[in-house]
Amino acid sequence: MPLNHTPFHPRTAPLCQGQTWRRWAGHLVASSYELVHEREYHAIRNAAALLDVSPLYKYLVTGRDAGRLLDRVVTRNVAACRVGQVLYTPWCDAAGKVQDDGTIARLDETTFRMTSAEPNLRWLSLNASGLDVTVADVSASTAALALQGPTARTILRQLADLDLAGLRYFGIAATTLAGIPVTVSRTGYTGDLGYEIWVDAERAVPLWDTVMAAGDPYGITPCGLLALDVARIEAGLILLDVDYVPAHRALIEDQKSSPYELSLGWAVKLDKETFVGKAALAAEATRGPSWKLVGLETDWDALEALFADVGLPPRLPTAAWRVSVPVYAGGRQVGYATSGCWSPLLKKSLALAHVEAAHGAVGTEVAIEVTVEHRRKRAAARVVPTPFFNPERKRA
Amino acid sequence: MAKSYDAIVVGGGHNGLVNAAYLARAGRRVLVLERRPIVGGAAVTEEVFPGYKFSMFSYVVSLLRPEIIRELDLPGHGLHILPLESTLTPMLNGDYLAAWADHDETRRELYRHSPRDADAYDVYGRLMHHMAQAVKPILAMVPPDPTSLSPRDLAGLLRLGRHMRGLEASHFHALYKLMTMSSADYLDEWFETDVLKATKAASGIIGTFLGPRSPGTAYVLLHHYMGELDGVFRAWGFAKGGTGSVSEAIAGAARRLGAEIRVDAPVARVLVRGGRVTGVALESGEEIRARAVVSGLDPRRTFLELVEPGLLPDDLVGDIRRFKFRGSSGKVNLALDGLPEFTCLPGHGAHLRGAVSISPSLEWVERAYDDAKYGEFSRRPYMDIVIPSLIDPGMAPPGRHVMSIFVQYAPFALNGGWTDQRREAFGDAVIDTVAQFAPNLPSLIRHRQVLTPADIERITGLSEGNIFQGELGLHQLFMLRPAASWARYRTPIRGYYQCGAGTHPGGGIMGASGRLAALEMLKDGA
Repeated sequence: MPLNHTPFHPRTAPLCQGQTWRRWAGHLVASSYELVHEREYHAIRNAAALLDVSPLYKYLVTGRDAGRLLDRVVTRNVAACRVGQVLYTPWCDAAGKVQDDGTIARLDETTFRMTSAEPNLRWLSLNASGLDVTVADVSASTAALALQGPTARTILRQLADLDLAGLRYFGIAATTLAGIPVTVSRTGYTGDLGYEIWVDAERAVPLWDTVMAAGDPYGITPCGLLALDVARIEAGLILLDVDYVPAHRALIEDQKSSPYELSLGWAVKLDKETFVGKAALAAEATRGPSWKLVGLETDWDALEALFADVGLPPRLPTAAWRVSVPVYAGGRQVGYATSGCWSPLLKKSLALAHVEAAHGAVGTEVAIEVTVEHRRKRAAARVVPTPFFNPERKRA
Repeated sequence: MAKSYDAIVVGGGHNGLVNAAYLARAGRRVLVLERRPIVGGAAVTEEVFPGYKFSMFSYVVSLLRPEIIRELDLPGHGLHILPLESTLTPMLNGDYLAAWADHDETRRELYRHSPRDADAYDVYGRLMHHMAQAVKPILAMVPPDPTSLSPRDLAGLLRLGRHMRGLEASHFHALYKLMTMSSADYLDEWFETDVLKATKAASGIIGTFLGPRSPGTAYVLLHHYMGELDGVFRAWGFAKGGTGSVSEAIAGAARRLGAEIRVDAPVARVLVRGGRVTGVALESGEEIRARAVVSGLDPRRTFLELVEPGLLPDDLVGDIRRFKFRGSSGKVNLALDGLPEFTCLPGHGAHLRGAVSISPSLEWVERAYDDAKYGEFSRRPYMDIVIPSLIDPGMAPPGRHVMSIFVQYAPFALNGGWTDQRREAFGDAVIDTVAQFAPNLPSLIRHRQVLTPADIERITGLSEGNIFQGELGLHQLFMLRPAASWARYRTPIRGYYQCGAGTHPGGGIMGASGRLAALEMLKDGA
């Protein structure tokens, strides 16, 4: 077996009708379970989707100085993170360029669980010198499910002996689900009401069965990465390797991005005593970033006209795309979109794009390249606020 | 008479609401007056039994126009259309035919019945794509009047002529056949699998008083392919929250744009002075002034009830009196304790999340029509069944379900007329017929609502219970909908307009009539 199976594989493999798998951090995860991913997408927005997110890298950071270590590494303020709270944060190299982004959950005073898209054991260890802290890679021993969608809370309520109403957005708590010890966090990658459930890998399969059974009357649907990709774009959430190149793997300087350039400036706490990249970021904050990551909405009439020119109705892929697409203003290329999709919910063509800061204000008119029957055309697009989709229930 | 409006929309059905939204968008002061306590007309969701929500009448979204979704930002007002992609047709021999969302899966299923048909299906699909492409622009066109010499009508005719001349000869011939043949005959030219032909043909008879062997039914086969042309915008499906949520989304957009909507406000008549509209009088006696009044009601009510027919030319009054309504369909809404088990495909798999078509053979559907021809409801009707609670869990309590059964034929003019007894006999025939394919259904029924065309007329006001405000027969389409020379949303009374499904293009939750009417009104400076 050249690639890893996740702990849920015994359940997910038979459900994957088309045997369509995507690689994620060296694991196989279903692209879609049904032959067409559309229903899985709608489950996220209309009922509840169950996703295997076990391939995330997970580290347990423990010890008296656990918080100090993390505060040295990430840009957000970990000292201010209460027990039972989760932070989303990027982290940078010394030049203030983003290496990775993920979450930090404070499980108790001296225990944190960090999730990331990339391996970080070495980076955390390098920064731990002189601190009383242990970093354990629990990626393989901890399995994770995301339960996302409007009925997610109702489903969990059947199982959890936990006050779910008290579990606020970006909160986390230990509980048992039908007797299985888990931690449940009010987090996710869909921009909807949702939870992530963290469980010992050995209890993964019974957990899957339990959640699926409880979710049956509430429209629970196993959901693969194709549907997730659409949802995360609607939510305006970036993806490492797709929307940015991690600094430690960039081969040239231009491939790197700072948190400000990724529009993550809100997550940079310059009032912290020290953290990796602080000096560079403080300087950038003063002079202003050269790039911004923005949401673009392509004008439908423009798309329709381009397709009508060749005698076709507008044809857009139903899956999200993740290639670099030029963005223009005044006839000059001013940026590039890195991922986008047709939103089946909003009925809009969306993209996440890096643009020169001068073109980053909401309402700015730009043009985006569109390939129509092998020919490159440009369609009008506009900078719009992200998240593109931001329902009240996400935080309620 | 305190307030005065630029326009009053009579009837808060989806077309009336669309019309109001577009007028408000253009800065007009608009008031919508709805007789019932809720807006939506035939697109309403009602909790008929506590905890169980039903799309009472219209139950799927068909060709809701993309420009309306976009221009009114309906998703921003809560519209969420969920896919409804599979169709299961149980057969009399215990087998079934299914169509799925995935092309290969559908092909494999059809191949099981006929390798030849599986091949033909793709070729047929391509031709229908071209046909739909040829016809679709007409949906967005204000019908020109061929007898008029006005530059606008001449330009419209020219555009139509050019459009038709632009078709390839083979496509033109195919289109001619589609417009004149019966769906059964047309499908005979393509396929040999009877159950496939029956299921496809059945979609062509919905809302008409015709059978699959009646000429003029073939063109309705295009509807499905027209939906596909909307591509990613595809508005075929099930609206989250039922079809009432479509109406709510449009009403929300209209209100945001400044329109006022009053419910429980039945209009008694439209006020006319000196050949010009001046407002409306409510049944309560209240009078409200407006420079324009637009009726979203069907042509009979618009021309013969809301205004004094004496104000109208005789030929128009005659045309409207002859306009065919002939409601032919009924609806049975069920609250269920569990899910039905179809003998042909047991279990609760994907097939229950799509439509179940009770159309096992062409003969079945044609015989169902035979009953109706002679004034009886079909003893073994054609039915289109969906279980919305499997698509949107909010429609029923957890673990329970709602089932919507569209039934054809149930003639408005039933021999002896509709009575409570006859209604329940009709309901029994429906349940017995479904039970032939899903024997556990009767044991699951917690509540049952049976709606005959007489009920549809009583509740929604649709004349003779016709769900399309008048049959979508070729003789009452385009420049003849609802009457020659009056297909452009205007009426002989200045300032009085029509915007319901009884005008072009009409039918289904499309909204096109409401929008085109608003644009025409604005052109007149209304």
